[in-house]
Amino acid sequence: MRTLPALLVVFAVLALLPLVIQSDFWLNLAIMTLYAALLGQAWNILGGYGGQFSFGHAAFFGTGAYTVAVLQVEYAINPWIGLVAGGLLSMAVAAFIGFCTFRYGLRGSYFALVTLAFAEVLRILSNSVDVTGAGVGILIPLDPGVGSLQFEDKAGFFWLVWAFTFGAFATVWWIGNSRFGARLMAVRDNEAAARALGVDPFRVKMLAIMLSGFFSGLAGVFYAQYFLYLDPGIAYGPAISVESLLVPIIGGMGTLFGPLLGAAALHALSEFTRELLGDLPGASLVLYGSLLVVMVLFAPRGLAGLIAPLARRRPAAKRERRHA
Amino acid sequence: MLEVSGLSKSFGGLRATNEVSMTVPAGKITSLIGPNGAGKTTLFALISGFLVPDAGSVAFQGETITGLSPQAIAERGMIRTFQIVQPFAGQSVRENIAVGAHLRIRGRREALAKADAVARQVGLGERLEDDAASLTVAGRKRLEVARALATDPKLILFDEVLAGLTPWEIQEVIPIIRAIRDGGVTILLIEHVMQAVMSLSEHTWVLNQGSLIAEGAPRDVVEDPQVIEAYLGSGMAERMKQEAAHA
Amino acid sequence: MPDLAIIVPSVLNGLTTGALYALVALGLTLIYGVLHIINFAHGALLMVGLYAVFFLNVLFGIDPYVALLIVPPAMFALGYALQRGIITKASHGRDENILLVTLGLAIVIENLALFFFKSDTRIIDTPYAFDVVEVLGAFIPLPKVVGFLGALVTAALLWALMARTDLGKAIRALAKERKGAELVGINSEHVFAVSFGLGVACLGIASCLLLPSYYVSPQVGHGFVLIAFTIVVLGGMGSFVGALLGGLIIGVVEALGGLFLGESLGQIGIFLIFILVLIFRPTGLLGHRV
Repeated sequence: MRTLPALLVVFAVLALLPLVIQSDFWLNLAIMTLYAALLGQAWNILGGYGGQFSFGHAAFFGTGAYTVAVLQVEYAINPWIGLVAGGLLSMAVAAFIGFCTFRYGLRGSYFALVTLAFAEVLRILSNSVDVTGAGVGILIPLDPGVGSLQFEDKAGFFWLVWAFTFGAFATVWWIGNSRFGARLMAVRDNEAAARALGVDPFRVKMLAIMLSGFFSGLAGVFYAQYFLYLDPGIAYGPAISVESLLVPIIGGMGTLFGPLLGAAALHALSEFTRELLGDLPGASLVLYGSLLVVMVLFAPRGLAGLIAPLARRRPAAKRERRHA
Repeated sequence: MLEVSGLSKSFGGLRATNEVSMTVPAGKITSLIGPNGAGKTTLFALISGFLVPDAGSVAFQGETITGLSPQAIAERGMIRTFQIVQPFAGQSVRENIAVGAHLRIRGRREALAKADAVARQVGLGERLEDDAASLTVAGRKRLEVARALATDPKLILFDEVLAGLTPWEIQEVIPIIRAIRDGGVTILLIEHVMQAVMSLSEHTWVLNQGSLIAEGAPRDVVEDPQVIEAYLGSGMAERMKQEAAHA
Repeated sequence: MPDLAIIVPSVLNGLTTGALYALVALGLTLIYGVLHIINFAHGALLMVGLYAVFFLNVLFGIDPYVALLIVPPAMFALGYALQRGIITKASHGRDENILLVTLGLAIVIENLALFFFKSDTRIIDTPYAFDVVEVLGAFIPLPKVVGFLGALVTAALLWALMARTDLGKAIRALAKERKGAELVGINSEHVFAVSFGLGVACLGIASCLLLPSYYVSPQVGHGFVLIAFTIVVLGGMGSFVGALLGGLIIGVVEALGGLFLGESLGQIGIFLIFILVLIFRPTGLLGHRV
């Protein structure tokens, strides 16, 4: 409950950014940061709160992106409808993957493997069927305007991704303050104990993966509309999956603001290195990979874990040690 | 309350539970004893849905629950605890207990309030904000009790809630268990601490190598030569008598 | 229906490819069986092995089969160092962290390769590249026959190592019961690292056997690793025989799929197996539990 005012204030301030920022460069950076926070928060629902580490969130992202793109280009369906369809289809893919794995209680290594494999399967499929433009990719024709979900200036795109991101963060706030969230975290921390208390792990994990997939899909929709181009490597490639998990890992898994913190840190850092090194092939992924290793080695609880170990539970832990 | 009949389970040719039948009466504290490896925890797991029996049936309040999942059984009002305590580490004591409370309560606020009340009932009122992982063994055992209690159960299966506690701590927990019974909850204990079995339970079953070998009032049961045989010879029987005398 | 004259060579080809898949999967399953983690850097490490064989050949003129004396030991050392220096240190008591680190390593290694070697596909020239051997009336390229036999020999050696030596006993003890193994004096950190090293050394052997009939590029591991994952899922995680059998099956499926459905859809056949196994028999054909 206590985090709600903070959440509202942060997003109210964020909403005002386009009124203050005039430079397209900075506004673009703000957009990409919010977009990364959206990707990361989507992963955080399942990974951070549910303890199920997906290595293939691109499966959801790419499905959302391709849905809105293909519906527009191949079927001339309005992208606002495509937006809804993209979110729902991503959710359906998530439900399918979740059903295949959680039904047998597969988790840990196995779950990571299966999600990764599904993303790869989708990448290969999108690379070989015509409807996605195969290896050539798919280009959404430029058609600026609110009706076509392409805004005439960056501020419009900012508010679009702001709305998606706010939705994801509000959902995660709800998770932190609801029965569903309590059950999800119980399953994460000890599945047997949760079952003994009447929690159905399958149902809880299914809902988590579907929410996660939905928001990942929305991130894909946003990506497609913002950049107007997709190919199998962008949509279903490993870069998106890695960014999705890296953001909350940097920021702090299983925390509400972790993904925002992580997204800001990641984008600040990658802008900085781009300034320093220029655009080299693979450079940003080398950075991502190194960051992942470094964070897990030295700060497994993320920035949030570095900043806030001073908080409420510390004195209690000390008292306990004296008792023991 | 609980009707177990002909329950059997084998693991790779080893009979862990062998045609066990027992009837647990409502509103009482009863217990299940037996030497190490007798299959007590296996029997609990079979009753509570964590294992599926090879044969036999379990009925709870007149309804057959054989083969149901643990969560479905918990929902019907039968809750088990674990011998090796299983806290949700990283979550506070209050949050831990609230998971149990949520079985009957949808609202977060109400569930947390219920958690507070239950924590006070088991003597964890001072530790609500603490990380469950920071609790001592005794604290964790109380937490197991609290989480189970917060689900408003009709029957609790306690798996060695007193094991690992000092005599002093045991003296503190025994009244809590009695109070739970007085609140209308039926209790079945697995216990090694004979003092507790003697002073708490009204009826006891003795399990050995997967089979029930005796049942009755605890005081009579420990006199049973078969039971003495099952434990480590007559020395064990002596010890049990002594402990009984102390209780 | 194509007649046997086409199917037999296709099946034989599939078997030879499948044996190499099995070798890659064997490394994966060995690491999984002992450490209970999936090494997501497996594909990237295979790529490292292939580049090692490639550069030994191009720069020093060392034949890939001679490189069998150099690359597998080097890969063993690399695996040992990675496990001991990074992977163990990252766990903080949680297996998930190990997964993340191997993923991170995979990304770093692959993109460093991309950075240094660009995305070009490279092959080597060997005098025997186009020699063929007649098997059951079909002509199979010599390097593939060597690869097939080499993979089987490696699998047999690995099996003998696990079954007959003290090291193998220690590894098996550790895989089964860590605390107990430590109590009887097994240095678990060392043995874990050795197991990881052995898994990576399998990749070294696979690299030497593979390159004469294959190519290397920074992304070359991708295709293999997904296939290797499919194999271990099919064969049952941690099962040696399962990995071997699974590899051969996948190789044949891929070859026949390619024959009947065309190159790109042949791969889909593999994933179809993957998903079907997952849905209907998630513990694999020979596995008991996950």
